[in-house]
Amino acid sequence: MILVVNMNSTETPFGFDEFVLPIVSVAEELEKCDVKHYLEVNEKNLHCYDKIILSGSALKNTVTLNQTERFKWLKDCSKPVLGICAGMQTVGLVFSGRMETCREIGMTEVSTSKANILFSSSFKVYSLHNYALVPSAEFEVLAESAKCVQAIKRRQKDIYGVLFHPEVRNKEVIQRFIQAFP
Amino acid sequence: MRLGVLFSGGKDSTLALHKAAEKAEVACLITLVSENKESYMFHTPNIDVTALQAEALGLPLIKKATAGKPEEELKDLEAAIAQAVKDFEIEGVATGAVESVYQATRIQQICNRLDVWCVNLLWKRNQKALLEEIVAEGFNVIISGVFAYPLDRTWLGKQIDQDMIEKLVALSEEYGLSPSGEGGEIETTVLDAPLFKKKIEILDSEAEAQGNSGVFRIKQARLTEK
Repeated sequence: MILVVNMNSTETPFGFDEFVLPIVSVAEELEKCDVKHYLEVNEKNLHCYDKIILSGSALKNTVTLNQTERFKWLKDCSKPVLGICAGMQTVGLVFSGRMETCREIGMTEVSTSKANILFSSSFKVYSLHNYALVPSAEFEVLAESAKCVQAIKRRQKDIYGVLFHPEVRNKEVIQRFIQAFP
Repeated sequence: MRLGVLFSGGKDSTLALHKAAEKAEVACLITLVSENKESYMFHTPNIDVTALQAEALGLPLIKKATAGKPEEELKDLEAAIAQAVKDFEIEGVATGAVESVYQATRIQQICNRLDVWCVNLLWKRNQKALLEEIVAEGFNVIISGVFAYPLDRTWLGKQIDQDMIEKLVALSEEYGLSPSGEGGEIETTVLDAPLFKKKIEILDSEAEAQGNSGVFRIKQARLTEK
């Protein structure tokens, strides 16, 4: 069972339709999913899930970036995690990264900088962000665009992050993440 | 949150309006009338019917004309949204975008510049499921434009029902059409929907078609009791 975490503010309930449901439709082709809001997730209720996907959120929604204490469960998490956009940024901040202003809205060229299980070579992705993550040394950079880091992996752990939205034009990235950890 | 709905009068923007109304306050509709029939951004047949639809919904309508040239029409859209922010104090714009990255990118960019929320309530939804939802929810939607082989004059003016959905899905499998017309293969006009306080009755219309391209033009219509 996959846990998809809704990273949208409770005050903007429509973020669920745009940023969570599309991930669930891709993931459910391979495995059952359960959705929880990020405020509901803690160390105690993670045991029934095999892997975790943190959703993206609306451009104006930066709520999780100021609430990294809500994600301290990530520090001891032994399950595979994929953070998407706000999900990646939040993962990076939990492990001492920082944010910088970087706007990319629309199709963006991305190049793989380190071989990994999710993608290879250069490819086009759908981007929707006003900020990028500058990851700490705990992460290796897997891909970059001309402007910023686009994908990361925590060293020695299966915690991944992609700044782009793979559910839009790169569904195979989500599928490969799921299939890599049967 | 107060939202303006980017409204063409077709099935997707009308369904987006209904979903927006479930979760937020819809303050106005925003329509761009494009003089360019090939517009990538704005649905065109029967765009004038949006005034009747707005009246049926009891919502104010901001209607702006645009020459429909690719980048200029985006400036016109931005001006229309800016007006909705000023006149109706909207905090966000809801759209019926489903698959088009072209549309979604440009609306996201405009909303970002104006510092308002961009809300895509149908984004990436299964197209057959969307068609089934409008039928199940009691929408009366007719085909008002066909723009791809093998669609022709015989489809124009027809109501979308379960039989038509099956036909559209069969055509999508055989010819690669998008079943809900997301690639511009069909355009639709909504005559009635759950939030309509009155329904639209067509008094005069004509179908114009050449081969696999045609429109069903509503020449005269009125609101009647439901």
